[in-house]
Amino acid sequence: MKEFTYVVKDENGIHARPAGQLVKEAREYNSKIVMFAKDKEADLTKLIQVMALAVKQGDEIAITAEGEDEAAAIENIEAFVRENL
Amino acid sequence: MKSVNGNSVCLGVVIGKIQFYRKNAHEISKVILEDIEGEKNRYLAARDKAIQELKELYENTKTSLGEDAEIFEMHGMLLEDEDYNDEVLNIIDREHTNAEYAVFQAGEHFYDIFSNIEDEYMKNRAIDMRHISEKVILSLQGLHQVTQLKEPRILAADDLQPSETVQLDRNMLLAFVTKKGSSNSHTAILARTMNIPALVNVDIDKGWDGKLAIVDANTGCMIIEPDEKTIEKYQRIIDEQTKQDDMLQELKGKESVTQNGHKVKLYANIGNLTDLNYVIENDAEGVGLFRSEFIYLNSNDYPTEEQSFEIYKKAAEALGQKRLIIRTLDIGADKKVDYFNLDEEENPALGYRAIRICLKRPEIFKTQLRAILRASIYGNISIMYPMITSVEEITSIKTIVNEVRAELDAEKIPSKKDIEQGIMIETPAAAIISDVLAKEVDFFSIGTNDLSQYTLAIDRMNDKLEDFFDSHHEAILRLIELTVKNAHNNGIWVGICGELGSDTSLTQKFMDMGIDELSVSPSKVLKVRQIIRSCK
Repeated sequence: MKEFTYVVKDENGIHARPAGQLVKEAREYNSKIVMFAKDKEADLTKLIQVMALAVKQGDEIAITAEGEDEAAAIENIEAFVRENL
Repeated sequence: MKSVNGNSVCLGVVIGKIQFYRKNAHEISKVILEDIEGEKNRYLAARDKAIQELKELYENTKTSLGEDAEIFEMHGMLLEDEDYNDEVLNIIDREHTNAEYAVFQAGEHFYDIFSNIEDEYMKNRAIDMRHISEKVILSLQGLHQVTQLKEPRILAADDLQPSETVQLDRNMLLAFVTKKGSSNSHTAILARTMNIPALVNVDIDKGWDGKLAIVDANTGCMIIEPDEKTIEKYQRIIDEQTKQDDMLQELKGKESVTQNGHKVKLYANIGNLTDLNYVIENDAEGVGLFRSEFIYLNSNDYPTEEQSFEIYKKAAEALGQKRLIIRTLDIGADKKVDYFNLDEEENPALGYRAIRICLKRPEIFKTQLRAILRASIYGNISIMYPMITSVEEITSIKTIVNEVRAELDAEKIPSKKDIEQGIMIETPAAAIISDVLAKEVDFFSIGTNDLSQYTLAIDRMNDKLEDFFDSHHEAILRLIELTVKNAHNNGIWVGICGELGSDTSLTQKFMDMGIDELSVSPSKVLKVRQIIRSCK
C-alpha cells in the first residue's frame, strides 16, 4: 500500500470541479484508492462520496492506494493534488 | 385580469399563451412491478442516454458558454457515480418499483445528504442531485426536455436547469418566467445570452397554464388574462419596439458616419467569449474593450499562459480583421479574486488595483502579455492598459513588454512586432497630462465611469450620493475635451469606452469634439450608429 498526506491550500477546498478531476484521475487505475479526511473516508472513484467529505482549506487529507498500480496511482494523484489543491 | 411582479433578468415585452413546463419528477407515482430486471435495464439505458446527452451538451456549449458549460460535465459524472447507481438499483430491488420512482427517491436521498453538509457550497450542490434525477426521469419517459413547444409560448416553471434553458427552441420561446432564480443564476445568464425576455421570482400559479398573458420584463411585471384595453396598450408598445428594432436592423452594414462626413469607429465592450456573437450580430466594427478580468474571475487559480492564449486567440480569430482591444487585468476595487490574496483596503477605489498590481507583480503581468502577444498573430489585436496616472508607469510597462518580447523571440515563438498599445484615460491625472502621455502611446480610450467617480469624488455604488451625481458634469466634459485635443495634437486616435459612450444625448457633443471611436455594449451599437448618422 502506498499513501501520502497533504494539507489543502486551495481557498475553495475540494469543491465540485477539483473533486471531478480527482475522480477522473483515480478511475484511471485498478488499485483501490481511498481518501481520508476529518475522520471520514471516501472512495476516490466516487464523486458523490468525495464531494460529501466537503474538504476545506486547511483540512488534512490522506490518500491511500492498494493494488498492482498503486505506485503510479499515488505518484500521479499526489502530483495533481500538489498542483491544484 | 391579474398582475404579478417579478425581477427582470432580460428585457423585452411579449404577449402570448403560457405553457407550464412540467417537472415530471414532482408527479412521479409509485408503481409495483413484477419484472425487476427489466426495470433495472430500463433505468440503466435511460441513465446512459442522459449521460450521453450531457456529454454532447458539454461539447456543444463549452466554446460558447466557457466555464458555465462545466456544470453539464459535472452532472454527467454524478450520474456515473456508483453510489447513486446502487441506490437506484437497491430501491428497485427492495420495493419492486418503477424506475422513475426509484430515481426520484435516490435523488431525494442524496439531496438530503448534501443539504445536511455543514458547508454552504456543498449545501448548494443538493439541487444538482435533484437535477440529475430529473434528467434521468425525462429520459425514462422518452421526453426530450421542452423542445416539444409547437407554437410560440411563454414558458413558466418553478425553476429551469441550465441544460434545459440551452435546449429550448429560441423560435418557440416568447419569454420565460420562473418562481426561483436570481439575476446571477445560470438560467438568468443564459436568458441574456439568448436574449429572451425573462422574469424570475414570480409567484407562478399552475392554473395559468394555457392562459393568455403579457410579460413586461422592462418594468418587471406580468399580466395574466389581460383585458382588451390592456392588450391594445401593450400591442402598441410592442409594435413601436418592433418598428424601432426594424429601423435599427437596416443600419447593419452601414457606416457610422455623421452628416458632415466624420467617420467614427463604433466598437463594442465585451466581458467573455459568448459576447462575441453579439458583436457580430449587432454589426460592431470591432471590440473596443475586451475585459480580460473574466479569465481571472472565472478561475480558481492564476490562469495559465496557455488558457489565456487560447481565449485571446479564439476572440482574435472570430473577429478577423476587426480590431480587438484587450484591456490588461483590471482587478481590485469592486472586482475581487480570492487567489490574489489582496488585503482589505480602507479605500479600494484609490487602492491596489489594475496596472498597479501588474507592475508590483510582474510575473502575473508577463504571463498575460505573453498570451496576448502570442495571440496577436491570429488577428488584429491591440493592448490597452488601465488606471494610468503617470509617464513613469508607461515606461515600466514598456520595459516589461520588451522583456516579454525578447523572451518570445529567444524561444522563436512568433508575435506581432508592431502591436498597437494604448492606455485608458480614467483618472483626472491622466486626462490633465494627456499631452505628455500621448507622446508615449498609440491611442487613448476614455473610461468615463472611473473618470467621473474620481473627478466628482463620488462613489457610484453609494445610493445616498445619487442626487449629487451629475454624469454630464462640466468638469468631466472638459476633461474629455482636453484629452481629445491632446490626442489629436500628437497624432493619435482617441475613443470612449465608458457608459457615456452610449449616452446618445452626448453623441453630438462628442462628434463636435472630434472623437474617433465609441465603444458601447453590443446591444447599443445600432442605436448609437443611428444617432451618429443623424449628427452634424
